[in-house]
Formats: sequence, C-alpha cells, structure tokens
Amino acid sequence: MTTTTASSPTTVTELDALESESIFVFREVAAEFERPVILFSGGKDSIVMLHLARKAFSPAGVPFTLLHVDTGHNFPEVLAYRDAVVEQLGLRLEVARVEEYIADGRLRERTDGTRNQLQTIPLLDAINGHRFDAVFGGGRRDEERARAKERIFSLRDEFGQWDPRNQRPELWSLYNGKHRPGEHVRVFPLSNWTELDIWHYIEREQIPLPSIYYAHERDVFERDGMLLAVGPYSQPRAGETVAERTVRYRTVGDMSCTGAVASNATTAAEVVVEVAASEITERGATRADDRASEAAMEDRKREGYF
Amino acid sequence: MSTLLRLATAGSVDDGKSTLVGRLLHDCKAILADQIAHVKTVSEARGGDFDFALLTDGLRAEREQGITIDVAYRYFATDKRSFILADCPGHVQYTRNTVTGASTADVVIILVDARHGVLEQTRRHLAVAGLLRVPHVVLAVNKIDLVGYDEAGFTKIAKDVNEVADQLGIADIQAIPVSALVGDNVVDKSAETAWYDGPTLLEYLENATGRIDNSQQPLRFPVQYVIRPQTDDQYRDYRGYTGTVASGTVSVGDQVIVLPAGRRTSVAGIDRAVVTATSTAVVERPSAVAGEAVTVRLTDDLDVARGSVIVAAEASPGTRRELAATVSWLSDRPLTVGARVLIKHTTTTAQAIVTKITGALDLDTLGVIDATELALNDIGKVQLKIAAPLAADPYSSNTITGSFLLIDAHDGWTLAAGMIDDEEGELL
Ligand SMILES: Nc1nc2c(ncn2[C@@H]2O[C@H](COP(=O)(O)OP(=O)(O)OP(=O)(O)O)[C@@H](O)[C@H]2O)c(=O)[nH]1
Ligand SMILES: [Mg+2]
Repeated sequence: MTTTTASSPTTVTELDALESESIFVFREVAAEFERPVILFSGGKDSIVMLHLARKAFSPAGVPFTLLHVDTGHNFPEVLAYRDAVVEQLGLRLEVARVEEYIADGRLRERTDGTRNQLQTIPLLDAINGHRFDAVFGGGRRDEERARAKERIFSLRDEFGQWDPRNQRPELWSLYNGKHRPGEHVRVFPLSNWTELDIWHYIEREQIPLPSIYYAHERDVFERDGMLLAVGPYSQPRAGETVAERTVRYRTVGDMSCTGAVASNATTAAEVVVEVAASEITERGATRADDRASEAAMEDRKREGYF
Repeated sequence: MSTLLRLATAGSVDDGKSTLVGRLLHDCKAILADQIAHVKTVSEARGGDFDFALLTDGLRAEREQGITIDVAYRYFATDKRSFILADCPGHVQYTRNTVTGASTADVVIILVDARHGVLEQTRRHLAVAGLLRVPHVVLAVNKIDLVGYDEAGFTKIAKDVNEVADQLGIADIQAIPVSALVGDNVVDKSAETAWYDGPTLLEYLENATGRIDNSQQPLRFPVQYVIRPQTDDQYRDYRGYTGTVASGTVSVGDQVIVLPAGRRTSVAGIDRAVVTATSTAVVERPSAVAGEAVTVRLTDDLDVARGSVIVAAEASPGTRRELAATVSWLSDRPLTVGARVLIKHTTTTAQAIVTKITGALDLDTLGVIDATELALNDIGKVQLKIAAPLAADPYSSNTITGSFLLIDAHDGWTLAAGMIDDEEGELL
C-alpha cells in the first residue's frame, strides 16, 4: 500500500460528498440484502455507478451481479464496452433479451419500432427469475419529473409496480430496505447527482466511456428536432435528408430513438463545458419516447420500468 | 468548504410552495428551454397562465388535483453556491413526505399565505422543523400581492410565527414578504415593498451558513460492512471496516472504543479506494472527517461487525437498551403502549417495545399533553426498550447517532422518525 503525502482536506467538496453518499448506499445494500443486482447498460450513469460500487468495496471486488436488459437495438461500441468491463473485472453479467420475447411472441414489436418501453417485462422476469431483492438503477432525480419524486430506496410490490402516491417516508440517511417476499427495492445511488456532476466526476476520475459519448462523425437525419443515426434500426423517411455531422450522445438507449447532439467535445472536460452551457435537458435533447405524453415516464415507472 | 445548501419548503396547502420553488428556479435561469416549453404547453392546455408549480408537481395525480403529494427534488446553482431543493407537500395527509424532505434540509422555507396567516399546518411544520433541528428557518409571507403589499399584515404574521417558534425553541427566523406568482423579493427586490429592507429570498439563501459542522464533535463511526478480500495478493489478510464518519475526525493512531462490546484499541489505518479501468486498490490517508466514506483498520483483532460503532475512547457514549425519545408518527395505524416494532439506529436494526407514551404535542397550546396513543402526524414522547444495546447520543448533540426509525416488522413500513431526548428529556 502506498501512503499519500497530500494532507487530507478538512472539509469535503461537493463531488466528494456525492461520492460518499453513493458509497454509503452501496454498502447499506450489500449489508442488508441477499441478492442485489446492478442494472448495467454500458451508458455513462451505469458506468459511474459501477465505478462507485468498486470504490465502495475496494480492495475487494464488487459483491453484485450485473444485469443488462438488452433491447437488441444497441450501439456496437456500447456492447463492446460492456463486455470488456465484465471481462476485465471478472464480473458476472446476466442479459435479459427483448429480442427473445419478440421472437417467441411474449412481446410484440411496437408500430414505431422502438423498444425502450418493451424492456419492462424482461426486466421484471429477470428480477423474479433470479430472485434479485435489491436492484440498483442509475436514474437521477434531475433527469425527469417523475424521477424527481422518487426515494433513494424505492419499494416495488410483487408485480414490480411503483406507487408514487404511497411511498415510504425516507428520513435522514436511514434507508429502510425491509420488504416482503416477492417485493423488491429499487435503489438509486445517483439520485442527487446532476448530469453536470456526472461529467465532472468522469473527468476527475478519468473513467473511460464508450466512444459515442465524444464527438465523432456520423450520418444522421433530423426527426422531431433530434439527430438520429442512420443504421440498422433507423432509416430516414421520405423528406428526411441524411448528412454527415460531428455529434456525440448525451444518453444511450434504444438506438432507434436515442438522439445525438451536435458537438465538438472530444474530452470529458470539453463535455463539461458544453453541458454547463446547454439550454436543453438531457432527455429533452435525446429521448423521443419521453415526449409521448405528459406522464410517459411516470406511467412506465408505475409498471416497473427503470 | 462544501457550499451546498439543502432547502425544503413547508407550510399549509396552497400557500404557494411549489409556485415559489418554480419562481426561484425560473428567476435564477435554472430552467432549460424544453422544460419551459413543456410547462407553457400544459398551462395553456388548461386555459391558464404559466403555472410555475408545474415545474415540480410532476405526478399525474398532482397535476389533476393541483396539489403536491410527494417531495420533488430539484438541483440548481448560482455563482455563489449550489442548492438541492426539496419541494414538499402542504396537505396534512402527506405530512410524512414533508418530514422526509425536511429531515435532510439545512434551511426550511415556511410559507404563509398573507391573507390567511398562521394555520394548523403552519404550526405543525414549524414543530417538525424545530424537532428535526433544521439549522435555519425562513418565513416567506407569500401572496403579498393579494393584500396590497401591506406592511402591517406582514409584521403581524412575522410576530405570530416568531411566537410559535419561540415556544418550539427555534431561533433566528428571517421573515421575507414575497409574491411567488409575481416574483417580488424572490430573486429580485420588489419595488412594491419599500418598507422592507431585508434580503431577498435568494440573497438570504446564498449567504446562509450551511450544514452544522460535525467534525468538531467526538468521533462516531458506525460500521456498515466488513471487507475481507481473501485474495491471493497483497490484500490476503486485509480486514477493513467500512462506514461514513458520522461525527468528528478519525486519525491513524487514535485511541478508540468499539461499541457495543466496549473493547479498546487504536486505529491502524484509514483507507480510501483508488480504482482505475483495470485495478482496484486502496491508499492510506492520515485521517478522515465527518461525512467521508472510508475504510478503517484496527490494531487488534476484535469482533467488529455491522452494527458496531467505533467511538473516541475519551468520549464514548456507552450503550443503552432503553431510550426516551420524541417521535413523529407517520403511519395510519396508531401507536399504543406495548407495541412491538423494529428500531433502525445507525447500522443496527433490533426489536423494540414501546413501554410508555409520556405525552403528545398539542398544536394549539404547543404544550405536551397526556396521551395514551399517537395517531398519524402526531408528535409525541415515548420510552422504548430495545433488544440490543445501542451506541446512541442525544439528537441535540448528534443528528446521526441521535436519530432512528421505527419500522413495522410485518410489512416493513416506516412508522416513525425518532429523535433521542437529552438526559433531561426537554426536547419538546
Ligand atoms: N396571487 C398569488 N397567487 C399565488 C402566489 N403564490 C401561489 N399562488 C397561487 O396559489 C395556488 C397554490 O399554489 P401552489 O404553489 O400549488 O401551492 P403549494 O403550497 O405548493 O400547495 P401544496 O403543495 O399542495 O401544499 C396557485 O393557484 C398559485 O398560482 C402569489 O404569490 N400570489
Ligand atoms: Mg406544492
């Protein structure tokens, strides 16, 4: 072990405070639950989550399984990143595949072809099948108005449902993980982080990300004010013109409905500058599925979505 | 110093809490274009003006009923500091959610409708703020536009609130006349209240001292989880106790006592994780302060597990199996003497029996009256007998080792927020 020479700070900076809060949450779950799982999509929030979990238990390994609910509409860079991380860290990864549900008829492809919404059933089946009792999600309260209402420990009934009108009180940092058989708890260690905090942290900790998070050239077309990539799951319709643009992604989801933003940022530090100056929220800029209705996210979350 | 400030709103239903939060965010330019567009669309669809409350009232039921049901958290920053804002409900039915929002707040903003003055919920929320020992309370006398910016009315409400606050032991309340709807004295100074020479709400918040600094208190370190990698490398024999420093400072070489066993030892090392893409390791550091999540190693091989608390040898709280405490009752099922519950205190969960209900707070007189049970939203004084020894402090000296939850053993519901009384038991 090496000894640091830097004197320890007498007070704690904001990023350190967020980090400590998240680490505290991971340790509470490890101690109080039998079968926790981290939802790991290979997106930046789940990558930061995993980084924090590793810190929480270092020098031992992360005592949790990872679960990816795979829409089948993936960015290849993200899948490659996911597999490399799992391999490098010797983690256990479970994959629940929307594709299999469509193939055998348990789910039907939506008319718009997007699959974010279709993830709920495979997710709940995986939770039941593996008897996971604590499920870490990378959701942040700053993302969306229904998420802004959610507890850090958020109870799900035996159908996986969230009841936003009847949440348990959550006092101080005394997280109550009690649940009955069949119920589970969604845990959100990044609740109090903002998009900007996440990028500051990625910069500070030098956390590698899939390359699509940084500026790159891509053939895109514009739809609903978003830049969608031309690819196997999304093709321009009549009247939509394709152009090569320099873009990056702010979120990663179903490739067919996740928008890119014009950007020249090639480092985390440059992304920080862009995010700080951004005039549109992360989901507003990149998620077509949230525009469906006023309470689209709430409705999905009630049914058991992330 | 961390300049983060955590705020929570409180006050009676419809007094304008959500509107105030929306206005504050809006005037601080903390609302992005797509959120403004969304609120505009929804407001227009309802045939009304821009409804600031829609920036936080995000649930379907909240929008249908026009009230806040559960806490909404919002994040924003000015040039001076950053803020976490918890917009809480006013309706009595959702008091448990307001207690949730206030429990982590550095500042509670109590709103009062200038037309209605102090109501029962105002008193209840003031009592909650006092009980939780929220460091600062701001009184926002809202809807001042509806009373013609009347100074006398404002002064009267400020006086009434201060009287209540005095009885509850809340010091230092800043009263500010505001209109959340129009924006008077929220971020911009109002031209209509020339008689008021205090700060705007934002000025007050930007200059308020933050969280009470726990680093000068005696060391308390509740152990969360024990790390034993048992790998073949340099960490083969590693045994570390993880936790977040609840109060004080822990330094290598410190003499400490591990509770509840009461064994004395010293701190051999304090580790913080360093992880890279490929490696997971720890670095030693000389000390850690309140709020930091670290791993502590001890010199002697003692029986230390989750639920143990490492404390300063010269200032040990000892342990107790009986507690006198003040509770905020958050369940529809009333509490009666003899009830068996679970108590969650730092990292210990144990069985407990309520041996006595010594009284309840009467919101009218603010005195303690006799009570045989506590109903939803009551604040009462109880005595508990606990199946395991707890390393507890009075809440007044340590909000972490002085607080607890009561939990229903059957369905897991959180029944009460508890605060351990001082020796003399004069918390109320
Ligand atoms: N004229 C005027 N109306 C206001 C002001 N502040 C709020 N209102 C109105 O008061 C009503 C209630 O406002 P809300 O912000 O929803 O009240 P609230 O305190 O958040 O209510 P709950 O969260 O349900 O307790 C709305 O119609 C607001 O437009 C004000 O300063 N002046
Ligand atoms: Mg409200």
